[in-house]
Amino acid sequence: MTWIKRHLLAFAALAVLAYLLIPNLVVAIFSFNDPRGRYNYEWNEFSAAAWLNPCGSPGLCEALGLSLRIGFIAAFVATVLGTLVAFALGRHRFRGRSGTNLLIFMPMATPEVVMGSSLLTLFVMAGIPSGAVNITIAHIMFCLSFVVVAVKARVSSLDPRLEEAAADLGANPFQTFLRVTLPLAAPGIAAGALLAFSLSFDDYIITNFNASPSSITFPMYVWGAAQRGTPVEIFVVGTVMFLIALTVVVIGQMLSSRRDRKA
Amino acid sequence: MTEHPSGDLCLEQLSKKFESFTAVNSLDLTIPEGSFFALLGPSGCGKTTTLRMIAGLEDPTSGTIRIGDVDITHVKAHRRNVNTVFQSYALFPHMKILDNVAFGLKRRGDKDAMRKAQEALDLVELGHTAKKKPNQLSGGMQQRVALARAIVNRPNVLLLDEPLGALDLKLRRQMQIELKRIQSEVGITFVHVTHDQEEAMTMADTVAVMNAGNLEQVGPPADLYDHPASTFVANFLGQSNLLTSRVTGLGGDGLATADCHGHEIQVAAEHIPTGVRDVFVGVRPEKLRLDRSGRNHLDGTVTDASFAGVATQYLVRLPWGHEVTVVQPNDGSPRARVGESVDVSWEPGSEFVLDASQDQDAGMFDTGLRDA
Repeated sequence: MTWIKRHLLAFAALAVLAYLLIPNLVVAIFSFNDPRGRYNYEWNEFSAAAWLNPCGSPGLCEALGLSLRIGFIAAFVATVLGTLVAFALGRHRFRGRSGTNLLIFMPMATPEVVMGSSLLTLFVMAGIPSGAVNITIAHIMFCLSFVVVAVKARVSSLDPRLEEAAADLGANPFQTFLRVTLPLAAPGIAAGALLAFSLSFDDYIITNFNASPSSITFPMYVWGAAQRGTPVEIFVVGTVMFLIALTVVVIGQMLSSRRDRKA
Repeated sequence: MTEHPSGDLCLEQLSKKFESFTAVNSLDLTIPEGSFFALLGPSGCGKTTTLRMIAGLEDPTSGTIRIGDVDITHVKAHRRNVNTVFQSYALFPHMKILDNVAFGLKRRGDKDAMRKAQEALDLVELGHTAKKKPNQLSGGMQQRVALARAIVNRPNVLLLDEPLGALDLKLRRQMQIELKRIQSEVGITFVHVTHDQEEAMTMADTVAVMNAGNLEQVGPPADLYDHPASTFVANFLGQSNLLTSRVTGLGGDGLATADCHGHEIQVAAEHIPTGVRDVFVGVRPEKLRLDRSGRNHLDGTVTDASFAGVATQYLVRLPWGHEVTVVQPNDGSPRARVGESVDVSWEPGSEFVLDASQDQDAGMFDTGLRDA
């Protein structure tokens, strides 16, 4: 009894870990399944076929490629714009500053269904046909908010004396930004960019409103496929995505713990 | 860096106003090339603002700043050959110590930047820390890195903004000596901003005392201490006993007589400001003695005695209720006890005389001794 008491915390932690990881584990295991029917919900027998030919399911790799392209473009544009906005908000007092703050916060607070449908209305009224361009514009818009929040937190904690010191030592404003401000704000910018990419890659609702039959993203593909069956290839892509995310997080942790140990 | 002006640093009618507040009020100051100059004053007196204007980090509202014959008033900070050691050190946390020190040289495209930076680190005895990051160093070490980072650029003027404020007392004394050594080695003009009057006096060749945006007095530390020009300087720089008196007439030997609450005292006639009769006769505590050996004497009662090792500090109440501070060296002579009736005496000429139309307590309550 006392043994259980003493290890209660460890049990709780293990239970949480299990709760978080079992779905991913199931996906990884079933990516090696050779299902009997069209639905990959029951274990039949081991097969690496899906791993050897992940593009085997028609249209999957096209959808994945489109999602990656939209994700990269949206993350890049949102990071550049969001960083600029974050510097403006974090560093300067100007007219309309609180208005800007509110505007930046809105996409985070608006339900996605509302935002997706209103965007569609806007595009239709403007006579812009639905498709990948609209999806990208929509993604940039909501990613921007998250980038601004991530970068602003970092920028407002920077010591303005460091920039003064750089100027004092002969660095012009551009050199100061490049050699002092940017490296110090980099962790916030990187966090914002990663967040933007995963939000864009993951988005279904807003995307679905603004997509056309020729612009099927990966989440839409998975959703559509689930109506007719679940190809094993989806499980393969899911597992790879999980592993990539895990690797990025582990590397990030290792870098920051090494920095802490040095300090 | 287009030009390297050298020569004296001249501030002319320099003013800085922030909205409704005047931080610096038409300051005129000449800081000789190669000198160790201290700007001394209580917090909020405008000394740091003055420093920031010299560095180019603050735009003057009016007035000019020159180095030699070159007007640098509106030259941008990164184009001035002036470097600053910041109070918070402001080392770049993401760079190694050596890269911090080489930062200024690299901005000018110096091909020898790394070697010179290493030499500068050696000068402050931190050569072994070159590959570390700033947060791995103690406060005192970071302070020396900040100094190396500034002097490695061979500026015409080095500005030090309370550079020792964050260090503990022992380390501060050590760094004071170190700074003086480095200044005489490199021969650069040092402008040192501090609220610590002792620090200013021990380190600087010339001290400028500032108060509420105005310059009170400029001079070598001993002149300022022996002949303060105002009650503010008298009280801010060390301790002063100010005795309200009225000049009554001229005596022989260049002495004048004065009436101090019914007691006749003598003062050096040359010390009396021209045309003034109501005065404060100021005597420093160590120039007062608890015997009748001086030609001026008053009687009083000891109200407090505090032993401080090399000396004992007494508070003596004079007949009209005013208390004076007397510091006696502990040289074996008998010590007075609290409650004892004593004579307080001093030699005419060891005093300074100030116009009594000013606030007697100016500069009293910010002695600079409290922590920044």
